[in-house]
Formats: sequence, structure tokens, C-alpha cells
Amino acid sequence: MLLKVDHVTRYHYAPAVRGVVQSHRLTPSRYDGQKVISWEVTVTGGEKGGAFRDGAGDWVQAWTVKGPVEEIEVRVQGVVETTDMAGMLKGHRETVPPEAWLRDTPATEADEALRALADSARHDEPLSYVHALAFAVAGAIAYKPGSTHEHTTAAEALALGEGVCQDHAHALLACARHAGFPARYVSGYLFAAEDGTPHEAAHAWAEVHVPGYGWIGFDPANRCCPDERYIRLGAGLDAREAAPIRGIARGGAAERLDVSVSVAPPVAAQSQSQ
Amino acid sequence: MTTYFNEMFDGKSVRDPYARLGDWMATMPADRRLEKQAEAEALFRRIGITFAVYGEGGDPDRLIPFDMFPRVFTNHEWGKLERGIKQRARALNAFLVDVYGRAEIVRAGRIPARLVFQNEAYERAVAGFVPPKGVYSHIVGIDIVRTGPTDFFVLEDNCRTPSGVSYMLESREMIMRMFPELFRENRIEPVDRYPEALRRTLASVAPAKCDRDPTVVILTPGHFNSAYYEHSFLADLMGVELVEGADLFVEGGFVWMRTTEGPKRVDVIYRRLDDAFIDPLCFRPDSMLGVPGLMDVYRSGGVTICSAPGAGVADDKAIYTYVPEMVRFYLGEEPIIPNVPTWKCGNADDLGHVLSNLKDLVVKEVHGSGGYGMLVGPKSTKAQIEEFRERIKADPANYIAQPTLALSTTPTFVEEGIAPRHVDLRPYCLVGERIELVPGGLTRVALREGSLVVNSSQGGGVKDTWVLAE
Repeated sequence: MLLKVDHVTRYHYAPAVRGVVQSHRLTPSRYDGQKVISWEVTVTGGEKGGAFRDGAGDWVQAWTVKGPVEEIEVRVQGVVETTDMAGMLKGHRETVPPEAWLRDTPATEADEALRALADSARHDEPLSYVHALAFAVAGAIAYKPGSTHEHTTAAEALALGEGVCQDHAHALLACARHAGFPARYVSGYLFAAEDGTPHEAAHAWAEVHVPGYGWIGFDPANRCCPDERYIRLGAGLDAREAAPIRGIARGGAAERLDVSVSVAPPVAAQSQSQ
Repeated sequence: MTTYFNEMFDGKSVRDPYARLGDWMATMPADRRLEKQAEAEALFRRIGITFAVYGEGGDPDRLIPFDMFPRVFTNHEWGKLERGIKQRARALNAFLVDVYGRAEIVRAGRIPARLVFQNEAYERAVAGFVPPKGVYSHIVGIDIVRTGPTDFFVLEDNCRTPSGVSYMLESREMIMRMFPELFRENRIEPVDRYPEALRRTLASVAPAKCDRDPTVVILTPGHFNSAYYEHSFLADLMGVELVEGADLFVEGGFVWMRTTEGPKRVDVIYRRLDDAFIDPLCFRPDSMLGVPGLMDVYRSGGVTICSAPGAGVADDKAIYTYVPEMVRFYLGEEPIIPNVPTWKCGNADDLGHVLSNLKDLVVKEVHGSGGYGMLVGPKSTKAQIEEFRERIKADPANYIAQPTLALSTTPTFVEEGIAPRHVDLRPYCLVGERIELVPGGLTRVALREGSLVVNSSQGGGVKDTWVLAE
């Protein structure tokens, strides 16, 4: 399926800052499930810094903006052709071995409740076990925008019983790693308008390394594995590490953020037949 | 009763390297000695070389005790040590390039994957990257102990930012100033070329994008850091800038230093800052000490960071036991200086042995440093041993144990006169385009009678270390 992305992030600084440094993981991953037709990232007033493919296979591009600056706009525009791979990350090249993804971060540390949740889904067959974990997480944390925030941990979201895709992914990472599966946070885009579900187009899910299969994506928020509606950008141990945009402004002013994302087939507003 | 090898007195006679020193000592009147000791202390105080002791309270600028009695190696003894140290530094760097690349040593089953990839010091952020000249650890500090005339062991490796080299240089300076006659009577290999060798090493690993004489800086956490003296001392001797994070910034694909003449591009950063703090964009977001965006510049070849982020995975105490294996795997050689036999409490068999022999063993935390969190069995009370036993049982994988080593002694000036005290040695091996070692290193001495702990934070002092010229 062809998906057109238009993703705009506007940063407002008051008062003006002396400069901005950003690190982007904003380029679609190279793997069998997606092919970039066109892709461009622009930063108003920005100068491109170094770029490289990291050990996890993600393309990283650094940017700097000279100050004084009050507002910058990061715009991502492009078209990607996607294929349903049943969640499997086939043809993705990376240096980091799966064992390096067993480590927890404060956001994904499993508490007793998360460990109990993981144990309750236990299954002898690894793939079934991971599917069960994803369902258990989906069942234990209801989708409710605004109930959690950027720094909510997996344990807190489970205690609350509510959250957004970030919380679902963190909880699944905690459970999977507790069960001994390497797991990672994935950020990307989702074309989700079709079935009326309210999930954000800037989306996140989890990938779990399953013996005999390799990396497989699981999206507890939508109770499915990523298919042709998903565009994968990059991975990390948690949401902070996998963030498509990491940035720091010099001068420590108050920052306000506006984000708009649209992900849809290029012939928008027409009914789709697949 | 353990017997200790005395490096000066070999039973009845004075060993060769100390022959002239023996005469010197025998003829020095006691009052001159006391006078000189006071002079040394005053000199150290004046130049401000002090060592803050973590977690002990008291005077943070406590003077590290300096012992005037030099420790001496023959040229022959040093030759073997030098080969062994360089071999080890080469193997450790080969290991680092490997584990951040294809990890052949893990694939070959020679080191468990878990120890490497689940190690806290393994940096996913540098996987797939080969630093300039294939060097991760540019200054390798290897701690060596001696138990007999030809018996040397490596106690631990320091691949990140080993400190103490300023003491090596200052101790020599001090002895030369106070006892110039010693340098007429003995032919001693100089150490004062270390700063120039360090500068050359750092310049030799400039990134590919550097197309001119490289600009090298030392990045310090600031004056409140316990080793700040050393940072400014080395910057001074090398003739490079000493900077803090706030003096540097990233623009485009490079790192720049603010100067009175405007921004100047920086090519090589010798950082005396832990990985976690060097770039808040990549590592700890709350770090105020680092340079935002530094890691992206590094990874894209715009700047070299020394030691390379991630180098710590080679000097972890759990990895230590595998260093001889690295020497065999990468170099196809047998280790010239062996490891101290080590039990890993994470192994059930080893744990049993350790728990039943605590009173004879030294037990260390895998991630500990500076002599904290450690049990010296023979020097501990029953209660201390029992307390430590519980700590090991609670988290066995966090501990390793070694036999109590009969550390050699050298004559040391103490209140009652001259007495043997236990010593170790930390040489500083430089790895860049070439591999270099200044003859000698830092000798640390346990000043308390009978003590085997030489860490300056635990009552250790320093000595000048001589390698006699042929």
C-alpha cells in the first residue's frame, strides 16, 4: 500500500534560544516490508550535521539551528510503499545482537504486578507466549488519551489501568524482557483513519525477538501485529531512546510544541479498496 | 605465616637494582630524612596536588602521602613487563572493536554473550562503529602486583580514563629536586616525555574529516572533580586547552570550542568524564557537564573521543577473567603477564568455594572501584566476614574473589624509620597509531603496616618508580 506522510513539528521558544541541536530518527527503516518512494526532512534555518546508520540499523541525521531563534519547524514529507509482513522484520540489517535488548530502563522496569502479568500469560511455545503477552497488556491497560504523560513508567501505567500506545509498548517490553525475550520500542507512523479507531498517526509499538522467527512487531494498542498500515522509523530500549526527534535548546527557555501528522494513501479522501 | 617478597632485601643481601640506593639510605642521617620529608610535603602542598577521597568526609583536599624511597626495576625486569603490558593493551582494543562489530569472540563461544551484551558498560550507541585507527582505549592503565622475583600478575585493567599519571610525573620531579645526587649515581629512564607522547597519541587518532594539524582538548567535569588537578596539569604540559562542556558546542557536523578569537574546530577530545555524562542528547538527559549532539558528530566521523564511549565493557571485573582468552584469540599468543586466579561468584561451583573460604580471600564487587565494597578476608573480623557473606548471597553475580596475594614490599619511610610496605604498579600504556609505554608508572604503597590495600582512598601513598637504563 502507498502511504503519504506529512508530519510537522513546531517548536516555540520564549524567550528566543541561543541555538538548537537535534538528532533525528525520521527516515523509514530499510527492510522488506517498506520501500521509500520519496522522503524529505526539512528544518527551518537548520544546518545538516553528521549522518550515519547506527548499530540498530536506524538512519540518524543530526541538525543544528543557530540562534537567536524563537521558532523552528521540522517537516517530514514523503511516500512509502508498504507490504504486510505479518509483523516480521525481514531483511533488516543491524549490528547489535538481540542479547543487547534484554536490558531494562527506568521506564520499562518490571514491578511485581508486571511480572505477575507476564507469568499469567506463560505458554510453552515462544511465539504463542509473546502473543499472549501482547493480549495481556492490551487487556490490562485501556486506551485513554491524556491519562498518562511522557514520563509515565510501565509499572505506573499498569497500576492506573489506562494509557496510550507508549504505555502499551513499555508494558509489553517489561513483560517480554521479564520472560527472557529481547524486546525494543519502535516508533513510526500508522494509517488508522479507515476503521475509525482514534489512535494517533505518530505511533509506537514493540518488537520482540522470538527464537526461530527473529524480530516481530506487536502493537498491543491495536491488538495486532504491524501490517501495511505501519511505517517503521527506529528502535530503542524505551520511548526516549527511540524518539524520532531528540533535541536540546541552548539557553533553557520555555518550550511549546505543536505537532500535526497525517498518514494516508496519496489519493486521499477516496474510499479504499484493497 | 605468609612470606612476602621484599624487592630490596633478598634474604641476606641487597638485590641488584637497589644496590646503590642501599648505600644512599644507610648513609643518610635521620634528621636529614625528616627534614626532606617535611620539604616534600610542603612542595606537594604548594603545587596543590591533592586527592579528594570519595565518601569519607573530612578534608576533601587531603594530601596524598608521598614516600621518598624510590621503587626500582632493572631494565631486564621492565622488558618483560613492557611486552606484557603492550600485549594486553592490544588485546583489549581488539576485543572492543570486535564486540562492537561482528563479535567473533562471542560467536566462537570464548566469552559468554550475556557478559558482554548485558553488561552495563556495553554501549549500544556505538555498535557498528570503528573509531580512528581501531582504538577504543587510548590510555590503558594496567594494575600489576608482584609476588616474587619473576612473578607478576595483572590485578585489573582500566580502559576508560585511568587517573594518577600526574603523580608519576610529580613524584619523579620531586625526587630529582630533593636528591639530585641520586640521578648522578644511577642511570634512570626518564618519564618526562609522557605528556608529549600522550599528545602525539591523541593527535594520531584524529578523525578522517580532519585535514590539518589536529586540535586536541581535555574535557573536564570541572574544578570540583577529585582529579581536576591532573586534568589541568596534563593540559598544561601538553600545551592543549582544558575545557568544560559549556566551552564546547556542536554546529553542523563538527564540535567547536569558544575562544576569544571566535569558534575553533576541535578534532580530538580527551575526556575525563564518564560516558553517561558526555552528551545529554544521547545519554543522561540531566547531564550539565557534556556537549549536546557530541555523539552524532562522533559517530559520523567529525571528532574523536578518547577513550571511546563504550570502552568500559573491556575493563569490567567480570570480563577481566577472560582477558587471557582475548590475548590468545586475537593475537595468537600466550599472555606474558598472567591474571590473578579469580572465582566468579555467579558460578555455582565457584560460589561454594568462595563462601567456605571467605577468611582467606579477597572479594570485590564487579562494578566497584577505589577499594570500596571489598572484603580482605585475612584482615577482617568474624562479624565483617559474616556481613559480607550475606551481601554475596543476595547478589552472587555481583562479586568475584581472588586469593589474598602476597604483595611484594619495598622499603618505605615510616615514623619509626624504614620498614617494608606492600606496593603495586600502574603503568600507563598509550595506544594510537603506535603503542607506547613510558618506562615506569605509578607505584602505590600501602602505608599502614601489614595493609594490602594500596588505594589512595584507603590510606595508600605513592612512590617514584625507576627503571634502570641498561
